[in-house]
Amino acid sequence: MNRSLFLGGLLSGIMLLLAIVSFVWTPFDHAVMNIPDKLQTPNGTHLLGTDHFGRDILSMVMVGARTSLAVALLAVGIGIGLGVPLGLAAAATRGSWLDEVIMRGNDLVFAFPSLVIAILITAVFGPSAINAIIAIGIFNIPVFARVARGGSLSLWAREFILAARVAGKSRARISAEHILPNIANLLIVQGTIQFSLGILAEAGLSYVGLGAQPPTPSWGRMLAEAQTLVSLAPHLAIVPGCAIIVTVVGLNLLGDGLRDRFDPRLMEGRA
Amino acid sequence: MLHYLAKRLLSLALSLTIASMVIFAVIEVAPGDPASFMLGTGAQEETVAALRSELGLDQSKVSRYLDWVGGMLTGDFGTSYTYRTPVAKMVGERLWVSLPLAIYALTLSTLIALPAGIYAASRRGKAGDMAVMGATQLGVAVPNFWFAMLLVLVFAINLRWFSAGGFVGWDKGLWAGLHALTLPAVALALPQAAILARVMRSALLEVLGEDFMRSARAKGLSQKQAIRRHGLRNALIPVLTIIGLQFSFLLAGAIIIEQVFYLPGLGRLVFQAISARDLIVVESVVMLLVFAVILVNFLVDMAYAVVDPRLRRAA
Repeated sequence: MNRSLFLGGLLSGIMLLLAIVSFVWTPFDHAVMNIPDKLQTPNGTHLLGTDHFGRDILSMVMVGARTSLAVALLAVGIGIGLGVPLGLAAAATRGSWLDEVIMRGNDLVFAFPSLVIAILITAVFGPSAINAIIAIGIFNIPVFARVARGGSLSLWAREFILAARVAGKSRARISAEHILPNIANLLIVQGTIQFSLGILAEAGLSYVGLGAQPPTPSWGRMLAEAQTLVSLAPHLAIVPGCAIIVTVVGLNLLGDGLRDRFDPRLMEGRA
Repeated sequence: MLHYLAKRLLSLALSLTIASMVIFAVIEVAPGDPASFMLGTGAQEETVAALRSELGLDQSKVSRYLDWVGGMLTGDFGTSYTYRTPVAKMVGERLWVSLPLAIYALTLSTLIALPAGIYAASRRGKAGDMAVMGATQLGVAVPNFWFAMLLVLVFAINLRWFSAGGFVGWDKGLWAGLHALTLPAVALALPQAAILARVMRSALLEVLGEDFMRSARAKGLSQKQAIRRHGLRNALIPVLTIIGLQFSFLLAGAIIIEQVFYLPGLGRLVFQAISARDLIVVESVVMLLVFAVILVNFLVDMAYAVVDPRLRRAA
């Protein structure tokens, strides 16, 4: 196992574990206010301190991890669910009008400034976690379509695909049974990258008030609430920020590590 | 080249048309009627109807779309529902904050990233390379608005070198304006610099493996001389592409940073307009940003084709 894979797996695993554990246990109830204990710095009772309402920050970060991970994961799900079939279809009908339409549509979505459009979508349809997922997910579609198409094109020229065609299998069936398993590696690597970008996008949207709404905690909103208090209690801003960074670094390293593992030739050029 | 240019121009026009339709459609399905929003809940029906016709909201969707696009093409972006001033004038004022901010950030990011990338590539595999690559790994993971908050905490609140937010205006002089934009520009530049440094490093590493670099070394140049005379120029092509793309990203990405620093730029204009349901402003500013991004992408493509003739044929 290479170092990136190990460290990346460890960091993202910890954050995932925190999110899962938060369903059954958190040190304190994340929503309960306790004004007398407000703005405590990290101490024995409140490991990461408390916010201006006396809520336990560790508990909020744990529950916030659920929001961030779920939004980013579902957005990746939208990208894979719609982008991969489009990419497979484009590759299977290479050079046809369908391929052309899919790829031009892709280019168009790529050309949009994703943040601006995500803000437009969430602002118009109302801020919510669901709309944030859709807004981030839309921009994952062309990414996966492109990866799926690019990975499939060379496979279509291979002999085992030719054999499948001679055996009478349809293009759709070949795509699902032979092409898809062979590009799964590429999709997994891209998935971890989009996952980490999704975490950052979700944090940005929640920060400006367009993501998950109160009382659901999210890292981005914790940062927004910390902004006016940052001089009094810097830990309010530092803790959620570090949670975001650890998750994103973890996922990026995991992506790098997986890529090296799936394609050892890359190791040589990187070191 | 002419054929390529015509093809790219056509696709530019097509992208802009579809983009304008999408933006118009999204705004169109937005819940809430601007006229009743402006007049409040107690307004009489006749008053709302009168305002609706004054704003042109009672016309058909198609004619309103054509009005809007036609207006934008001639520089008339409509009139803000809430401020009752031309949108073009508001955008013009805000652009003087957003555009310099994007240019400032891009300059910083390039000044940090290119030396870092070149250094890492020339020390490949050694401690210096590891340190730069580790820093970039961190740089791409840091949300820029969070970094902005830390900058405010350290340099505005504790050290008092900069103000924590707001913009003094260019009439106070170039230096005062740049001073006010420094923290936002640094916050915007950092993640971009991390990406750019990685691109610079890998582009240079690729060039270092080329035969002409070996020849340069063989004729007696040192590694440094070879990089300076032959390596850099060849490695810069992909780097310039990324710099171009980053500019449009910085212009759009400034939206959130402007919120952190209370800067009166396009981003804050969008948010203020959203909360006031001033949809004509939202529509026009978003379209303008999309236009800027698509245009920059187009220009980057063209510049690339000028540098690398193979691309013209491939298209």
